[in-house]
This record gives sequence, structure tokens and C-alpha cells, in this order.
Amino acid sequence: MPELTPWSELRGGGVVVPGEAERPQTGGWRTGVKPEVDLSKCVNCLLCWIYCPDSAVELDGTTFSGFDLTYCKGCEICAEVCPVDAVTMVPEEVAS
Amino acid sequence: MTETTLRLMTGGEAVVEAMRQIDPDVVPVYPITPQTPIIQGFAKFVADGKAQAELVNVESEHSAMSAAVGSALAGARTMTATSSQGLALMAEVVYIAASMRAPIVMAVGNRALSGPINIHCDHSDSMLIRDSGVAQLFAENAQEAYDLTVMAPRLAEHPDVLLPVLVCQDGFTITHSAEPVAMLDDEDVSSFVGDYSLPHRVLDTAHPTTQGPFAMPDYYFELRRQQAAALETALDAFTGIATEYEELSGRPYGPLEAYRLEDAERVIVALGSSAGTVKDVVDDLRDEGDPVGLLRIVSFRPFPAREAAALLEDADTVIVLDRADSPGGAAPLRAEVAAALYGSAARLDGHVYGLGGRDLHPEDVREIFSGCAPPYVGLRGVACPA
Amino acid sequence: MSRLKTLVRNEAGVPPLGGGHALCQGCGVPVVVRTVLNTFTQPVVVVNATGCLEVATTRFPATAWNVPWLHVAFENAAAVGSGVESAQRALRRRHAMSADDEVAVVVFAGDGGTYDIGLQALSGALERGHKLLFVCYDNEAYMNTGIQRSGATPFGAATTTSPSGDVSFGKAQQRKDMTAIAVAHHVPYAAQATASHWHDLSVKVEHAAAAEGPAFLNVLTDCPVGWGHEPRLSLRLLNAAVDSLFWPLYEVVDGRYRVTYQPDKVVPIEDWLRPQKRFAHLLRPENANLVAEIQAKVDADWEDLLRRCQGGDLP
Repeated sequence: MPELTPWSELRGGGVVVPGEAERPQTGGWRTGVKPEVDLSKCVNCLLCWIYCPDSAVELDGTTFSGFDLTYCKGCEICAEVCPVDAVTMVPEEVAS
Repeated sequence: MTETTLRLMTGGEAVVEAMRQIDPDVVPVYPITPQTPIIQGFAKFVADGKAQAELVNVESEHSAMSAAVGSALAGARTMTATSSQGLALMAEVVYIAASMRAPIVMAVGNRALSGPINIHCDHSDSMLIRDSGVAQLFAENAQEAYDLTVMAPRLAEHPDVLLPVLVCQDGFTITHSAEPVAMLDDEDVSSFVGDYSLPHRVLDTAHPTTQGPFAMPDYYFELRRQQAAALETALDAFTGIATEYEELSGRPYGPLEAYRLEDAERVIVALGSSAGTVKDVVDDLRDEGDPVGLLRIVSFRPFPAREAAALLEDADTVIVLDRADSPGGAAPLRAEVAAALYGSAARLDGHVYGLGGRDLHPEDVREIFSGCAPPYVGLRGVACPA
Repeated sequence: MSRLKTLVRNEAGVPPLGGGHALCQGCGVPVVVRTVLNTFTQPVVVVNATGCLEVATTRFPATAWNVPWLHVAFENAAAVGSGVESAQRALRRRHAMSADDEVAVVVFAGDGGTYDIGLQALSGALERGHKLLFVCYDNEAYMNTGIQRSGATPFGAATTTSPSGDVSFGKAQQRKDMTAIAVAHHVPYAAQATASHWHDLSVKVEHAAAAEGPAFLNVLTDCPVGWGHEPRLSLRLLNAAVDSLFWPLYEVVDGRYRVTYQPDKVVPIEDWLRPQKRFAHLLRPENANLVAEIQAKVDADWEDLLRRCQGGDLP
């Protein structure tokens, strides 16, 4: 839990500089499934990259390289749109 | 110091000249009586190439202030003007402009709020947004309308302030009445206001920022406090700017004006053009040996409570004149003075006058000083209290 | 290089809107934002109206935005954008800057902040001819405040302020044709797109960016919570909107209409209605007449659109 800042230390106008504050780790929203990829099937169409609402698809240049589970909410869109069924949703233990 | 040449001009025209000399980057405009001479006069300067601003003819006052916030935070010096219903319509954005620390300068031709609809002077429009967090300076005459407008960008853009500043002048009484006004030279105004600078310009894409965030109960309170603290700083900032301005113009300014307060037993406190009428009556009464005086408030927000209390220390009776009412409660200026004077031994009286452009006559002021004026001065159907 | 790879290159590893926001699972809005902003090669400034996108991405002191971003209020995004655009215009004139470093002003608003409360400010901005791109992410209701009906809600849809009940079948009025309203302002560019058809959307953003004046994009965007479907079906569902002709994809360039997507096979309107709980009541047998009415209007509107494309007058 980040410490709350006293009023006199806030930037004027509530201006926020990106990266200065921690973003909510929305990976905690997942309820039991997470995406997994079979790289042998992946054709680098990049559809999962554009469709992911949480920018959770990682690329190396223009090559798919994995999922960033910090923000992935488990919506399953990547599995749904993958044209070659390279992405599946697999069970994941949810922290209690 | 500039050579002083006097020109005959209305308060509206004086603001137009000041705007031309300040030469803002962006001026969103929407018409409403009685500020229209301001936007029309400035538009003509733009059309003739004498002012370089982008004139943005928006489709409502709400959009005028919204465009002004966008422009000011983008990195451009921005000015606009309004009155009455226009100020009421843009009220939510005025609050937001202050919270986002947007240094906008706005001329207000004070006019009564509807209803009924009325185009004449009172201070109800300014009072509507008194809690918004913007600074409000009140001119007594056309000269002050000019001078305060020239000083306003310096106050708005002061690094410890960074807030909207409203320069208020009585609608019609000042906006449309011609008086002799001394102007500074163009170059003097230019160097006095200087360049516009902001800590975080939205157009600075190399340093992106998020401005106007959503805040939950864990941060709203702190964000509001830092904004209020900035307005409190404006009192000292204004005094400093006024001192600099006096060196340039020879005309002194401050958050209040003490008029013949030495040994005054009865003192009127007032805002705006009526203070001029009160000064005339003070002079007459003083000639008759009556120890009266006037405390004129120039900076209504931030309100100079400590300074007012100090200046009123020795008065027996303080009489506050409000040109706005607060039905069901204490009239705005009276409430401020009462809070400033709490604990003082002075007797405090208050009157509401001049709503919807009803004139305040010297005879009314005499009656007020005599203690024989009704609570609503000039209202038909009241008798002088026994 | 493929368009998608170009978008990847333009994003350059720093998404304009990144992860770490509170938009729902499967929300359609981020796709719109990233497709639009990653199509630009010049720097952008975003002006955002109050709504889901704004609230969920900027809870103080965090932000999910990596581009300059400005929010003022609900109804005035177009006016604020006009101010930013005017500031740039004024400063560039004063300092004689070249066109190379011009910053694109992009306004995002939901349908509430466009069709209803935002209509006046948008109309003014379009009439004044500011060079900005206004993108409406249209999910057909006031979603952020709990799925209330807006001027964009389609006929028959159930919302929390136009629920279906014993004596009501949901929204009783047709939605506004917001794209036509924009076109009526004689803007150089206006278009309809969807969140799902990202390629079509990206091409339209390019056309919009090249316009000498205001551009308006009306982008149908789905909302799993408001429309009542699994997050997984988000975006894919919009194929039915387009293939049933419920939401034709077209652009209007200087007043000339052009359809940008003709379905190979037009599907019946039920294909669009069936997957969404907000239309579930319409599929009851007693409401067959309503479905027929919806189908008839969709077909008639399509014919009107084709007529406009041919430069013909409406009857």
C-alpha cells in the first residue's frame, strides 16, 4: 500500500507525471485463468497485441514474446481472437 | 516612468487597451451585456492586426472558459470576459480552472443574476463564484479597470499563485461611462507582463503529464488544500506586484484602500464604483466636522482579513455595504467583515443596496452614515427605522 | 510493412495508454485509443471528456497515460480541445514554427459526451474549423454512471433508465444519427468505424489526420457489462453489428459519401441482438414486431446510405 502524500508535497493542480506513481496491479483481477501461448503455433499476426485492453502482450520488435501478467485481467480476448488457436486460457491459482 | 497623457475612455475601452498592450495569445469570446464592448473592441484590434491573439468565437460562456483552460494549460497566455448569466453558466469550469491552476485573466462587467433578467449592475455574479478559488479584484473606476487588468497577468502567472484572476468592474457604471484614463506605453506594459511560462505545458510532448485527474476521498482534500494555499499567497504577491506597478505608473494599489480612516469613528466598507460616491460624502461630512471614513476592498478574494481588522481597529461603528444579497443568510461582504472583526468592540451594521442597477445616491450614503438607513437601502416600501 | 506492424513501430514500446487502469475486463475502449493514437506519426495531445475512459485511467496519483492528457469536464471536451488547438496555432504563428513539429490534438469522448451533453461544444468546434480529431467511443449508453440511456442508445435497448418491463420494451426512441450531424457542419472528414475493425479505423484516422480542419470519428465500441455479454466475446461481437448493417462503415470526405466495407453476406439483425442481454427481451415471441421494425429501419437506412454514396438526394 503506497504511502499517502501530505498536501504541501503535491504538485500544483494535481498534475501527474507518468511513472512517478505506481499503477494498480490489475493482474489481481483474474479469477482463476490466465493466458498461455504455444509458440510453435504463433504466426505473429499481432491481433492479440492490438486487441488486449490492458496492453499485456509483450513484443520483441514486432515478434510476440509473452504476456505481462502484472496487468492482464483474464478477459480471454486474446484466446478468442487468435486465428491459429495458439493462445489458450489455463487454470491459475488465485491468491486468497 | 511613462509621460502621463489622459485619454477619455470607458472602463470597457480601458480594458480593451490593456488587453491590446498585454497582447495575449488566445482570447475565447462570447457576448453578454455589459462586457460586449470589451470583446468587440478587442476583435477590432485583431482584425486590424494591432493585436495578435487567436480570437475564438465560441458558442457559449461555458465553452469560453473551457477553451481558456485548454489554451492556458497548453502554454498560451489567455484572456476572456463575461458577466452575470455567462459567469453563472461557466461556473463549474471556473472552479475547475482554479483547481487545475490555470492562470487565465478574465474581465467581468458585474451584472445582476437572473431572475428576473436584468442587465444592470450588482455584484451577485461575482458572489456566485466566491468559493471557486479564483482571485477577484474590484475596480472603482475606469483607471483602475485599466491598471488592474495590466497587473492581472503578473498575479495570475506568479509562480506561487498560478490561478485565474478576475478583474471586476461595475456593469454600465464603469464599463460604459467615459472617464479620463492614463495609460502606460506599449513597451512598458510588454516588459511589465513579461513572457508566459508554466511548469507543465500540455503541448510539451517531450514531458507528458496527466492533468485533471480523478481523485478519491484519499486525495481530494489534500488537492483542494494546496489550491487554497496558492490563493492565500496571492495577497502578498499582489502587494509586491502593485509596488512594482507604482514605480512604473505613479499610481499605488493594494488589497484595500484606506480613505480618511485616521480618527474615523464611523467607517463604511464597500466594493466597486459606489466607493467613489462614498468618498465624496466622506469629504463633505469631514468638512462638516464629522469623523467618518471609507475602507474600500480591492481584493475580495483573497480577502485581506488581517489588514482590514487592523485598519478598523479604532472605529466605533463599521457599516458594510453589499451590492449582493444572500437570502436566508448574511450578505457576502458583511460575512467577510464580521469574520475579520470577530472579537472587536466595534458595532457592525450592514446594508444591501443597488441590486439590479438601482443607484446609490449621496443622500443615501449620508443616511447610512447617520445610522438612519433601512437594511435594504433605496428599496421602495421601507421606512427609516426609528 | 503491414499496418499492424506499423502501429507496433509507432507505439515503440511505450503505449499511449498502457496497462494499470480500471477499465473492465474486455472493455472495447483501449483498442480504439491505441489504434487511433498509434496511427499518428506526429506527437499527440489527448483531451478526454468525463466518462469511463477518463475515470478509470487517471485515479490520482496514478495514470495509465504516457502522452500529454487533459481532462476538464463532461460536456466540454471539444471546447477544451479547441483551446489547445488555438494555443498551438497562436504560438506557432508567433514563433514562426515549421509544420514538421505540429502536435495532433485528439479528443476522446463517450456517446454521452458527444451526442448529448457534449453536443453543443462539439458543434461549435466543428463550425469553427479547428484542426482536431474528435473520436466518439460509442457504447450506446452512459456506462460509467451505471448504464443509463443516452441519445445514442438504439431503439429497443434496455438500460437502467429505459428498462424493459411489464409496460415498456426499453428505449422507445431511435438513436440520433450523430455522424450525419457532424457532416451537416461541412467538416472535411467524418466517418463511422468500430473498435473491432481496427484496420478500417486506422485508415480512417490517417484520412482524418490529413484533413485540413476538424475530423469526426464515430466508433461503435462494445461494453461487456452494459451490453450484457462475456468479456471474451468483446470486439468479435461487433462483426455482427457491421455484417447486419446495423452499423455501416463509411466515410464522408468533403461531403462525399463512400462505404468502406460491404459485407460479403448480410446477416439478419437477430445475429446482432441475440448475444446481448440488453436486447434479450426483444427476442421473446410477443416482441417479434419490434425486431421486424428494427430490421426494416436498418435496411432503409442502408438504402439511404447507398443513395448518398451515389450523390443522390433522399426521397
